[in-house]
Amino acid sequence: MKIADVTQETCAAISSNKIRSGLTILGIIIGISSVIAMVAIGQGAQSSVQSSIESIGSNLIIVRPGAQRGPGFQVSSGRGSARTLTQADADAIMQEVSLAKAVAPEFSGRYQVTSKGKNTNTSITGATASYPGVKNIEIDHGSFISDQNILGLSKVAVLGPTARDDLFGEGAEDMVGQAIRINGMEFKVIGITVAKGGTGFGSQDDMIYIPLTSAQKFLAGENYVTTINVQAESSDSMSEIQQQITDLLLARHNITDAANPDFNIMNQADILATASSVTETFTILLAAIAGISLVVGGIGIMNMMLTTVTERTREIGLRKAIGAKRLDISLQFLIEAIALTFIGGAIGIVLGWAVAFGVEYFGFTQTKVTTASVLLAFGVSAAIGIVFGYYPARRAANLNPIEALRYE
Amino acid sequence: MLNTMIEIQNVTKTYYTGDVESQVLKGISFTIKNGEFVAIMGPSGSGKSTLMHILGALDTPTSGAYSLDGQDVSKLSEDELADIRKNKIGFVFQSFNLLPRTTVLRNVMLPLVYAGIEGEERKQKAETALQAAGLDKDHFGHFSNQLSGGQVQRVAIARALVNNPALILADEPTGNLDTKTGEIVLATFQKLNAEQGRTIILITHENEVAEHADRIIYIRDGVILSDTKTHAKRTIK
Repeated sequence: MKIADVTQETCAAISSNKIRSGLTILGIIIGISSVIAMVAIGQGAQSSVQSSIESIGSNLIIVRPGAQRGPGFQVSSGRGSARTLTQADADAIMQEVSLAKAVAPEFSGRYQVTSKGKNTNTSITGATASYPGVKNIEIDHGSFISDQNILGLSKVAVLGPTARDDLFGEGAEDMVGQAIRINGMEFKVIGITVAKGGTGFGSQDDMIYIPLTSAQKFLAGENYVTTINVQAESSDSMSEIQQQITDLLLARHNITDAANPDFNIMNQADILATASSVTETFTILLAAIAGISLVVGGIGIMNMMLTTVTERTREIGLRKAIGAKRLDISLQFLIEAIALTFIGGAIGIVLGWAVAFGVEYFGFTQTKVTTASVLLAFGVSAAIGIVFGYYPARRAANLNPIEALRYE
Repeated sequence: MLNTMIEIQNVTKTYYTGDVESQVLKGISFTIKNGEFVAIMGPSGSGKSTLMHILGALDTPTSGAYSLDGQDVSKLSEDELADIRKNKIGFVFQSFNLLPRTTVLRNVMLPLVYAGIEGEERKQKAETALQAAGLDKDHFGHFSNQLSGGQVQRVAIARALVNNPALILADEPTGNLDTKTGEIVLATFQKLNAEQGRTIILITHENEVAEHADRIIYIRDGVILSDTKTHAKRTIK
């Protein structure tokens, strides 16, 4: 039996009972489209988390003070509370860690900020001139803090767009030159940053940047930093830099027990990997739930094929009497099942794509349909056709021609 | 000179249902020559259907030898039997067994699909067979439910003819037809036998039907009671 003949037989068989074939195909359409849509939503979430992590900088290593726990102390005062990192540490990293491209120490804390008639409590970051480069911050109006500002302990401030809106009202655009009061001290606005959108690690839009030295002197009253941001030359050198910084700081802080340092180094790649593994699990979970409906669709195919084989018993008997072999018969029914799942698969992919597009279009969440998920869905639908079509096809092939011809 | 088409020797068939054993054919032997028109007759339960299945290579005998067109077919596998049916035998059934929702022409082409004959040749052979079976060209594109019983059976005869088989096996071909239509179908067989020299075996329980053949083999309780030439062969004017 030739492919053209099998195809013709299959078309005739599928179109001979359009409603039943349609309903069976619908089962596969729902299965495949939900797998496509769910995987698209999962992968969309994954890429949005990734891009928000990448927005805080590239090839970033973050050094924070660790828990302070001196000898004999049983109580930890909490991670990040220690005042162990200093400006000198940051300078030492810049000088001695050769692979570090840029170092941006910062001091941050929450303080009350006021402007004319407005009042907000927001995050104040004492930053250096290298900060925007390391943390991917762009300036919309005015300029960022300069080295001059650092040296001169200037009372200047750069506002994030959210902080600007809170202090000057919605729609306030260029507020350069205005005055605000941080902790009672007057600072002059010299710039506004570009909005980055909310990130999972605190919005960088609700932020006020002032010179690091000013923050240390006027707000903290001490010469320590809360974070040292280090940018690596490339992602390959991340772990090497991390080791170098660890060694350097252990030596500078006179710590012999490497397992119990008074600082804590986070690597952006690690954060990314952790977040990715979470969203991957989420994607697999969604796909597994959708996969159940695909299996149900496959059972629908098997059910229909078994009914078809029973209905067409006499026809199978006749085909055998005129010389069809077992293979001819089983191929005919197997291909019918595969054709049903393929049609369902093709429509399901289009529908799943449309659902994913709709979800993104109406702003529920970001989605991403990948070639891999489309290929997977197609492969799975073909496999379902084979798996669920095999048993009915074998039943048809095994029919005894004499009994099949007598079947009423 | 007529060659031997069918030679069966001491064929038996025994069915087992659980522990119960029933011998349906108890040693049957006969020879049918090429170009003969033979009726196998017998009441129901005589074993003629079982004999038809063996002659049609749908089943194999429990013991004994069966040679068809010079080939031993008594001990073949299922797929080998399918090959024999495909190349050497054309079936005509009591209940026609045409495919529904399929045109006359496609029904007749079906055996050629399995025989691997394609394209224009397939269509030509089917048309020739339909003409030989006496069906009007107008009906070639019709579906089987648009035809009368006699026309349907002639389509089935064309389907049996189409692959030029060595043997045409008709199982009660007039059983579902009225007398007049039945006569027309039997006349078609006679014509094919006389004009094309087809070997035809007609299985029936009716004497009047059997008398259209040249020779009648009468079976009862699994054995041949008589094997005679038809004295007064019925023909249709």
